[in-house]
Amino acid sequence: MSETTVFDDLPGDLMIWVLIISELLVFGAGLAAFLAVRITDPAGFAAAQDMLSRTGAGINTAVLVTSGALAAWALLLRKSGRRGKARITLVAAAFLGVVFMVIKSLEYASKAAHGIAWDTHPFFTFYYLLTGFHAAHVVAGVVVLLLVAWKDAPANIEAGAAFWHMVDLVWVLLFPVIYLLR
Amino acid sequence: MKYQSQKIALAYFGVALALFAVQILGGLLAGWVYVMPNTLSELLPFNIIRMLHTNSLIVWLLLGFFGAAYFLIPEEAEREIHSTKLAYLQLIILVVGTLGVVLTYVFNLFEGNWLLGKEGREFLEQPKWVKLGIVVAALIFLYNVTMTVLQGRKTAITNILLLGLWGLALLFLFAFYNPENLALDKQYWWYVVHLWVEGVWELIMASILAYLMLKLTGVDREVVEKWLYVIVAAALFSGILGTGHHYYWIGSPGYWQWIGSIFSSLEIVPFFAMMAFAFVMVWKGRRDHPNKAALLWSLGCATLAFFGAGVWGFLHTLHGVNYYSHGTQITAAHGHLAFYGAYVCLNLAIFSYAMPILRNRDPYNQVLNMASFWLMSSGMVFMTFTLTFAGTVQTHMQRVVGEYYMDVQDSITIFYWMRFGAGVVVLLGVLLFLYALLVPRKEVISTDATVAAE
Repeated sequence: MSETTVFDDLPGDLMIWVLIISELLVFGAGLAAFLAVRITDPAGFAAAQDMLSRTGAGINTAVLVTSGALAAWALLLRKSGRRGKARITLVAAAFLGVVFMVIKSLEYASKAAHGIAWDTHPFFTFYYLLTGFHAAHVVAGVVVLLLVAWKDAPANIEAGAAFWHMVDLVWVLLFPVIYLLR
Repeated sequence: MKYQSQKIALAYFGVALALFAVQILGGLLAGWVYVMPNTLSELLPFNIIRMLHTNSLIVWLLLGFFGAAYFLIPEEAEREIHSTKLAYLQLIILVVGTLGVVLTYVFNLFEGNWLLGKEGREFLEQPKWVKLGIVVAALIFLYNVTMTVLQGRKTAITNILLLGLWGLALLFLFAFYNPENLALDKQYWWYVVHLWVEGVWELIMASILAYLMLKLTGVDREVVEKWLYVIVAAALFSGILGTGHHYYWIGSPGYWQWIGSIFSSLEIVPFFAMMAFAFVMVWKGRRDHPNKAALLWSLGCATLAFFGAGVWGFLHTLHGVNYYSHGTQITAAHGHLAFYGAYVCLNLAIFSYAMPILRNRDPYNQVLNMASFWLMSSGMVFMTFTLTFAGTVQTHMQRVVGEYYMDVQDSITIFYWMRFGAGVVVLLGVLLFLYALLVPRKEVISTDATVAAE
């Protein structure tokens, strides 16, 4: 088929976009459900939210966004032929992903120390589901970034960076809705 | 027929069609028991009739998938099937196993025997020796088709088909694990049941549909493959964690309610994509294939799968809805149209396409075959509507008002009568389909207007 479609204009592989859209649908539905259940108990949700560490999550936001910038920069470096620098930048991006996970683990540990579990309150069911799914994606993203640092064809780095930006984007949506919204 | 070993498919399709007839007769009998509850209550109790209805369905669909694989893999891989003997041996094992199940259940043989007796776990009722036979047959099959594909041309269609068939066989292994704890029993049971029909079977469906579209519409392979990958990605993304929609009320942790609701809501996406795929391919296709019946079944498959599996599934998949509707006739409505649309129509599509080629003749009886599509499909759709109404009334009276189960059943008898009527129409459609497919006519009806019709 010779005719072109809008899909041909997408940067990177079509399949990574299918994945990104699917992920955004799931996290979007999760956030919508969170907000819907919140209507049934605004006071309880606000009280539960006060148990969260906003500072830790704020630092994590900066960490993840910086990491995303590094991944995007790595693609530019690779495209201009600086393979070594691109690889180091990707490893640095992956390292910041690990930093995110360390801060996140400290947050989970502190919740557990206070006896807070997923069934303490509906707020925490969503908190654990949404941030837990997201954390799993951060772990996957770190692996992907290291993989594309190793197999560093520009198309691979582009797909990896696109996935990593989706993980970024989801966090930037989760952070205000779960941690900040009053 | 380009390759001699494609002929294997004919034997598989033949047995599948015979079991299809058994399944429909069993369904009709079960539908009759719904309105005349004492029919055969001593000789052939309802639970046994229902088991025969559902199991013969599963077995004939599987035989259809196996037959379809034996038919399309040689063409895709551009070589003969690795071993014809093994393929027939596999069929014999499956037929013996099926007869074993029927005899064991109808006459209640070897009750309580670990190896030979009935097991009673819904859909996995087969005695253990039959389960072992199924595993042996599956291993033979996987060895046979994998060897063929590995030595031949690899296409997206065969890759996805093999992925689906390997997944099908591996997931069946969970049938052997039956923990004492009822919640865990159900959890692993769904690994087979859900991950089959809403996971790996969808891969098989998508790849067979892609093959049919490739042949019937003449659209470029690259285009078909792109669609196929997107459909498969959407199916696995939504279907695997969609298993959670079975974990709402079995004793699993409550977070499954949200995981199940969200992921299974997305299960409609691959079915929508398959419907869009089929119609877009037909619109784009330049080929005017003479086998119109196969095309009708393919389009019908994609459309009714979208409604039966997609829309009717979504109707009661959210846990807030399912809290009320769980296990009512709503489930039966969904089950009937989903299986019919997704898997029955798919098999009948590939049968309609392949049988004339396998028997080395033109596609005869196209009009009768297409009439059987409309008869069968309208019967199934009407049945789905009656059961949906029955289920709605049942949900309200039983779960909202709080009336007794049997009192409610008495008050929805009218729907069961209409369901039986729909079943009769489906049976007529099946008989017409069998006639159209199996009984040859002397000549094709001419498309030339100057020739008088026969």
